[in-house]
Amino acid sequence: MNRQAVRLTVNGKPWHGEVPTRLTLVDCLREEVGLTGTHVGCEHGVCGACSVLLDGEPVRSCLMFAVQADGRAITTVEGLAAPDGALSPLQDAFWECHALQCGYCTPGMLIAAHALIARNPAPSDGDIREALAGNLCRCTGYQQIVDAVRLARRRMGEVPP
Amino acid sequence: MKAAEFAYARALSVADAVALLAAAAGEAKLIAGGQTLVPLMAMRLARPALLVDIDGIAELNGIAMVGDTLRIGAGTRQAEIERSGLVGREVRLLALAIGHVGHGQIRNRGTIGGSIAHGDPAAELPLVAVTLGATLLTETSAGAGEISARDFYLGPMTTTLPADALITRIDLPIWRGRVGAGFHEMSPRRGDFALAAAAAQVELDGRGRCRRAVIGVGGAAPTPIACADAARLLEGRTLDDTLIAAAASAAAALTEPASDSHGSAEYRRRLTAVLVARALKDAATMARAVP
Repeated sequence: MNRQAVRLTVNGKPWHGEVPTRLTLVDCLREEVGLTGTHVGCEHGVCGACSVLLDGEPVRSCLMFAVQADGRAITTVEGLAAPDGALSPLQDAFWECHALQCGYCTPGMLIAAHALIARNPAPSDGDIREALAGNLCRCTGYQQIVDAVRLARRRMGEVPP
Repeated sequence: MKAAEFAYARALSVADAVALLAAAAGEAKLIAGGQTLVPLMAMRLARPALLVDIDGIAELNGIAMVGDTLRIGAGTRQAEIERSGLVGREVRLLALAIGHVGHGQIRNRGTIGGSIAHGDPAAELPLVAVTLGATLLTETSAGAGEISARDFYLGPMTTTLPADALITRIDLPIWRGRVGAGFHEMSPRRGDFALAAAAAQVELDGRGRCRRAVIGVGGAAPTPIACADAARLLEGRTLDDTLIAAAASAAAALTEPASDSHGSAEYRRRLTAVLVARALKDAATMARAVP
């Protein structure tokens, strides 16, 4: 079997291991690094459940082999909360707005919304929907998710209510 | 893990990449963003023995204007093109089309060269390249070459690019003067491949008549098509609704759409005419706004 050494920085901590070349980044994060917050959905780039930040940009971790990420910094949903476990304002807003039902899409939604607010502190409703357009949710009908991002945006102080 | 076994090599330069391709004798695939290749490998529609990773090769990245040409390195991310002020000012057609490529997360990884080399007949970037008559610069271990995007596509996902070749750069012509562009597509859901797509660019003279025009159609034939005869109808004339409708019909007549669960061939042909007319109207409106 083809294997290769990989070094990553995951949520600020260095990780290294030797993995099969055909191991996707999402499988590496879940099975090798041991962080199961990132979910595996469609495994071919359609659903967005596996979204992570790669050097700060949201990407689908099922559309990358772990070997391609060698030397890069990854942030998973586990990296969004404070070190003491306190929820980020965005996560708090998801909880408050009931922006999840089964929770399967939630890690990807949080990553996509987190990246949006990091790049654009005052996103319009259109910007929010555009940023979440690549993430499928089969429960909520999306409205509460948009509400949650809007609430987080307001609380983070950039846009008056 | 869903992909079949493969060996992996990271190329550090274009010379390195073409040497690896030559040594693999047709058994290797290039990977840059991987946004199309990885799904194909997950479904085992592609089973390369060797993946040559060209991500991060500095000489493949960047956007620069040289004279009347916009040079875009093949490894340039779609997201970078989307954010580029230079693209927005100089090649408006590309700026209009790029936001239709997948979703933001796809564009953060996907590259212009990868999309053009893959050659999906419904993809936006091959359509823009064919419409504008882009030049594709290539490299093999035997040396450099170039090919017009209009001669590049043979059929769905089939191009004239040899197995040992790498696209290094895409050169897009810059039109100066009273120039406008339009791009429209219809897809079942945001971010999906288009059922049909239309691209148009026009230049007007001082009296508002069309000096030159290009029209392209995607998703409605085995390859993206440049509708030269339809565009010629516009030259020397004022772009009114009647003329635009005639050009749109002429463009739609060139299509050979397939019927599938998303729509019949007849639907796609009619859709093409509607989209070409919208793209031309946008292009004319944009051009008229230029002083």
